[in-house]
Amino acid sequence: MSGLRLRSSSSAPGEVYLKGRMMRERALDGLSRVIQAVSSLRSSGRVSLQLLILLGLFLSPLPALAVNPDEVLPDPALEARARALSAELRCMVCQNQSIDDSNADLAKDLRLLVRERITNGGSDEQVMNYIVSRYGEFVLLNPPFSEKTWLLWGTPGALFVLGGLVIVFYARRHSRKPTDRALTAEEEALLADYE
Amino acid sequence: MIIEIGHSTLVLALATAIILSVVPVIGARRLDRALMDVGSIGSVLLFALVTVSFAALTHAYVVSDFSVENVWENSHSLVPLVYKFSGVWSNHEGSMMLWLLILSLFSTLVAVFGRNLPDTLKANVLGVQAWIAVAFLGYILLTSNPFIRLDPAPLEGRDLNPVLQDVGLAIHPPLLYLGYVGFSVSFSFAVAALLEGGIDAAWARWVRPWTLAAWTFLTLGIAMGSYWAYYELGWGGWWFWDPVENASFMPWLAGTALLHSALVMEKRGALKIWTVLLAILTFSLSLLGTFLVRSGVLTSVHAFASDPSRGVFILCILLIFIGGALSLFAVRAPLLSAGGLFAPISREGALVLNNLVLTVACGTVLIGTLYPLVLETLTGDKITVGPPFFNLTFGLLMAPILVIVPFGPLLAWKRGDPLAALQRLYVVGGISFLVAVIFFYVQNGGPVLAVFGFAAGLFLVLGAAADLWYRAGIGEMNAVVAWRRLLGLQRSAFGTALAHAGLGVTVLGIVAVTMFQAESIAGMKPGGTADIGGYTVRFDGMRPGIGSNYTEDRGSFSVSRGGVAVAIVSSAKRVFTASGRATTEAGILTFFPNQLYISLGDPTKDGGIAVRIWWKPCIVFIWSGALMMAAGGFVSLSDRRLRVGAPRRKAQPAKSPAPTMEPAE
Repeated sequence: MSGLRLRSSSSAPGEVYLKGRMMRERALDGLSRVIQAVSSLRSSGRVSLQLLILLGLFLSPLPALAVNPDEVLPDPALEARARALSAELRCMVCQNQSIDDSNADLAKDLRLLVRERITNGGSDEQVMNYIVSRYGEFVLLNPPFSEKTWLLWGTPGALFVLGGLVIVFYARRHSRKPTDRALTAEEEALLADYE
Repeated sequence: MIIEIGHSTLVLALATAIILSVVPVIGARRLDRALMDVGSIGSVLLFALVTVSFAALTHAYVVSDFSVENVWENSHSLVPLVYKFSGVWSNHEGSMMLWLLILSLFSTLVAVFGRNLPDTLKANVLGVQAWIAVAFLGYILLTSNPFIRLDPAPLEGRDLNPVLQDVGLAIHPPLLYLGYVGFSVSFSFAVAALLEGGIDAAWARWVRPWTLAAWTFLTLGIAMGSYWAYYELGWGGWWFWDPVENASFMPWLAGTALLHSALVMEKRGALKIWTVLLAILTFSLSLLGTFLVRSGVLTSVHAFASDPSRGVFILCILLIFIGGALSLFAVRAPLLSAGGLFAPISREGALVLNNLVLTVACGTVLIGTLYPLVLETLTGDKITVGPPFFNLTFGLLMAPILVIVPFGPLLAWKRGDPLAALQRLYVVGGISFLVAVIFFYVQNGGPVLAVFGFAAGLFLVLGAAADLWYRAGIGEMNAVVAWRRLLGLQRSAFGTALAHAGLGVTVLGIVAVTMFQAESIAGMKPGGTADIGGYTVRFDGMRPGIGSNYTEDRGSFSVSRGGVAVAIVSSAKRVFTASGRATTEAGILTFFPNQLYISLGDPTKDGGIAVRIWWKPCIVFIWSGALMMAAGGFVSLSDRRLRVGAPRRKAQPAKSPAPTMEPAE
């Protein structure tokens, strides 16, 4: 496990402000390369038995805690920040779990990394940027707005506006007919059965 | 031998379904009663055949017949009997059998209880149901056959996934499928109506009980699944926005919208086209959910099966049914006449707003779930769309509707008086806000969002009560008369109030637990204590234990408050003998509506054990609210009894015992 651990060697907090392609290239180091290879194998549908077993091991819920007592930072303020950041980071070998909830080894390493960076005085933004530069945007549970995600972020609002417009359109088309009356006697009789 | 009987009855079922999918539809076109009657008889026969087949598979599980590959893979002779039964649907093949069983059950219920349906509509509905049955029978027989034998037969099975050895699994999938698959009836009604080219308010009356039944079961299924994940997965979360959860949540959102739009259609004849479209979309989302979960295209905590050939098959089913239904809709929808008119501010208007928000929320969950998948397929870029995205977008969309819900039932049909509704609710609104603010001060520094959340939740609960209050005329007339009027209200009024109040209770639970939960992580040695939520938890030590198919380390804790012992609770780590896999059994202590949640971790270096304890205030509200919603569904359904039988009856005394129609028990 220690062989897989990713340790930053030299980069100081805030040094790494890489975006887009450069970031993705950097992300392809260490374990993340293995993970990507595994996931591409999985998605292509050709998975060897060993890989399946390996994945099975990764994916089975282990009887361990997410955050271990020995990881907790002595300073509660820093620990609170670390927890908040952890909730935004994905456990890369799990399915849809944050590193805060996961007990996988890689999640533990990331939690330690976050805490180390915070203890060294990094701001929230610097820590996140550093993690993203290491692991790629895939690690962010909340995808940042970019040319890749504008459709994702825009859809809810666009749907709402579009739906509203359709309703207004239909309402207007029928507005020539009188609607400003209360129920007619006939409608009243119909409703009497239901109400 | 029994297995071969199961296998061959499944083949016979396919043959029956093929006949059933053609003959009644032709009968409906030619108005040939004999051909149409094939629909009813065939549906019952299909259900009988599928039941025999399902029973054969269940028998193999119960007697641990490991010569059947499916049983060998998913069971073990030492598994407790209840999990041998539930083991049948714990896996891909078995859960598809359950899907099919429930589909044919619904067809049969339509056949048996739908005596009052017009012959052609009934024949078409059963025909469409049979199309779905053919697709899934073909799918099971060609790609997911549970009746394949092994030779030589292994002596012992490979065990049921330990996470699934839980009462939750025994109940959760059947409930969920009753919901999922129940929407097939709404779908079939919609397609049948489009085939016939005519639709009226009576159609909505026939569809609504089925939709309501499906919705109620889906509500229960989702709540059950949420609670199961909460106590079984051991990290105290109750909703993860996991793709598999989303897959069941999307039909729920669309189904909720359908329930409300069908109401408008039934009572006012409006929103016809939209209701039909929504009926198609709701079941399409159910199919999509089945595809997402069963094809393994999204790998997530719940998805056990993955095999691309299956994925492609379900994808074809998906495209044929959704594409076919939507094409039919595009061709036939213009034939449907527009219905009753209404002013923007009216009960109908409120329900339209409800539909807009629910549909957009559903679309948001859909795009959030599929976006990473599509993006990776198209560009190779991998991104994650996780809980923070859903919480933000979904929360923003749903927040306004919470405030509007109590107004809906108080507005008049066709043209409402917003001032009158406002006058009726301002007291309730004021109380809600005041209580929330007081709570805010008591909690001292809780976030502003909590105030809004609490106010909205209380407003929903009190607003639901206010609805009944004003309907009964309490305060306007003497108490005895008002009480009689209250008792005389339609059950559906109680159902609505109960469901809306349930939503409020769930909101209260969500807000409370999100804002005020407390957590303690510590390495504990026997005798060590932790203070949380006003309670003191003392660790009393570990002891080993042995179950029928597992060994465990069980830690016991005594909980006290102010020095007075309150309860003893234990939390365990289990290792299952056959598979060597481990699970956590969280120790949960309920102080209604709060819970203390204790989860064990690894031994620490100094000889203690890591213990994570949460104080979860009001968390029980989350599920009790869902139960209230489901109860509201059942109450409304019991009201339907009087109505469904005779859709065109006018102004008849409601007390007469009408022919009953009991959708899906």
